[in-house]
Amino acid sequence: MADSFSINNEMSGRRKFLVAATSVAGGVAGVGIVAPFVLSMMPSERAKAAGAPVEVDISKLEPGMLLMVEWRGRVVWILDRTPQMLATLEKLEPQLADPNSEKEQQPDYAKNRTRSIKSEILVVEGICTHLGCSPVFRKDIAPEDLGSDWLGGFFCPCHGSKFDLAGRVYKSVPAPTNLVVPPHVYLSDNVLLIGAESKETA
Amino acid sequence: MNKQNNTFLEWIDKRFPLVSTWKEHFTEYYAPKNFNFWYFFGSLALLVLVNQLVTGIFLTMSYKPDSSLAFASVEYIMRDVDYGWLIRYMHSTGASMFFVVVYLHMFRGMMYGSYRKPRELLWLIGMGIFFVLMSLAFTGYILPWGQMSYWGAQVIVSMFEAIPFIGETLHNWILGDFMLSDAALNRFFAYHVVTLPVLIVVLVFVHIIALHEVGSNNPDGIEIKENKNPQTKIPVDGIPFHPYYTVKDIFGVVIFLIVFCGIIFFAPEMGGYFLEHNNFIPADTLKTPDHIAPVWYFTPYYSMLRAVTVNFLWVDAKLWGVILMVAGVAVFCFLPWLDRSPVKSIRYKGPIFKFALTLFVISFFVLGWLGTQSPTPLYTLLAQIFSVIYFAFFILMPWYSKIDKTKPEPKRVTK
Repeated sequence: MADSFSINNEMSGRRKFLVAATSVAGGVAGVGIVAPFVLSMMPSERAKAAGAPVEVDISKLEPGMLLMVEWRGRVVWILDRTPQMLATLEKLEPQLADPNSEKEQQPDYAKNRTRSIKSEILVVEGICTHLGCSPVFRKDIAPEDLGSDWLGGFFCPCHGSKFDLAGRVYKSVPAPTNLVVPPHVYLSDNVLLIGAESKETA
Repeated sequence: MNKQNNTFLEWIDKRFPLVSTWKEHFTEYYAPKNFNFWYFFGSLALLVLVNQLVTGIFLTMSYKPDSSLAFASVEYIMRDVDYGWLIRYMHSTGASMFFVVVYLHMFRGMMYGSYRKPRELLWLIGMGIFFVLMSLAFTGYILPWGQMSYWGAQVIVSMFEAIPFIGETLHNWILGDFMLSDAALNRFFAYHVVTLPVLIVVLVFVHIIALHEVGSNNPDGIEIKENKNPQTKIPVDGIPFHPYYTVKDIFGVVIFLIVFCGIIFFAPEMGGYFLEHNNFIPADTLKTPDHIAPVWYFTPYYSMLRAVTVNFLWVDAKLWGVILMVAGVAVFCFLPWLDRSPVKSIRYKGPIFKFALTLFVISFFVLGWLGTQSPTPLYTLLAQIFSVIYFAFFILMPWYSKIDKTKPEPKRVTK
């Protein structure tokens, strides 16, 4: 079109620059206004404060018994393993994906075969590392549904992941890693603090 | 009287395109005259959407989105609110029927090639509706805060943790907490009653606009717009949507409502398939039910999620499972470009396509059934085999649809 407002001409130079500058400024403003909404969805201060450590008295825990406590809304298992149970740990190692706990799923003081501070007491989060179900404690040996080579451990009913009695994951199951050992410390022989490594940091 | 009506319409029409819109989308929207019963499911999906919106509004009047009150408020609706049971069963049955109708609607598209050019965008908008529908179903199922609500949500939300690097932050962002809790229930309620319904209504509107732009496909998969009456410019194989298909659809609605009412009054839980038994137990954060499975409409994808048990290419099995599950849904989006057949409809496609589609349907049902079962080594193997068949249907389509022996398409639609 032969008119003096030819878009092509006007889009060059000054107008082009102004359109670009306005777009950039508008884009920045757009991101700016989205940010508070997105950030409002992060865990609130109240949710962050709710993660205080918990003290557990384990004097009544008997060998072979599993105690469940809640820390940060997650279930934490405390299992007093019998000598027979501890004996299974070594036997199962060829079937495990990470028998030496190479992956960072535990504090350094639990990076051993029993994955614990005291060899008989296991403290582990009862949450499957696959998709967050809570596995079932199956101490029965060679049950029908889990096969004749089952020596006791944890079985996740959701997707069939298996863990041994130290929370170590089997090979070829959906869960990728061993169960998480939360930070914990013994305040005395029978009092366990879960969620912190000393009374002071708690 | 008539004259008065006309002046009123004229008054409106000068200010809003009422008559022309009505004509464009009803009395002068020409649809192929050979629709069969498969064409009921689009209008039925719209009916179920309206059912969900209306019953949903009334449920929010009595429901409490608070983790300590939610379960009891649902029971309150069931026991103490007048007709609360009816409204809730209409809503819960509606959710399952939504998927029945939408799966059949999608299958119709797959049979008759409704995703093919020029309807690719229509198909993609439809897939958008399907994603939103799945999100609605998921967020809705959390609200009663029963055992299945809690642990089902736990599994789905944990999938985001599988994403490398940002997984954990994303997980906490989605939940508004470090675990599934009141904060998540509250926000999923917001999505379920505001965000997603608005989105689905907008998408359905856009879906219909896109449909009316390109025109409906038909069981013969030929374009009726290519054969117009030279005088009237109306497709010779087209009939006006109103009154022909409005009346036909009303017949479909009546049949559907008979089935729908039958379920509501006689089998609202559908033996644990529509409302799972474990969801009548309040959420217990310390104990997963011995057997958890999603509602039936998610089970085919759930089977794919747990079919992967080996690490592969530096990516662990968990992430592969999530990828496979997402791909299982998203792969439908590629259909318009995977199908290289010279014809659209199954009526003129060759034996290979018919065989492939049959295998696909079988694998969809088998995966669906496996997803309701506890995992055993045999079932996991079956899930792996049928996942491969499911994906082979799509991935191999560019080849088998090309070499397949097709029949010639007719010039005019047939019966």
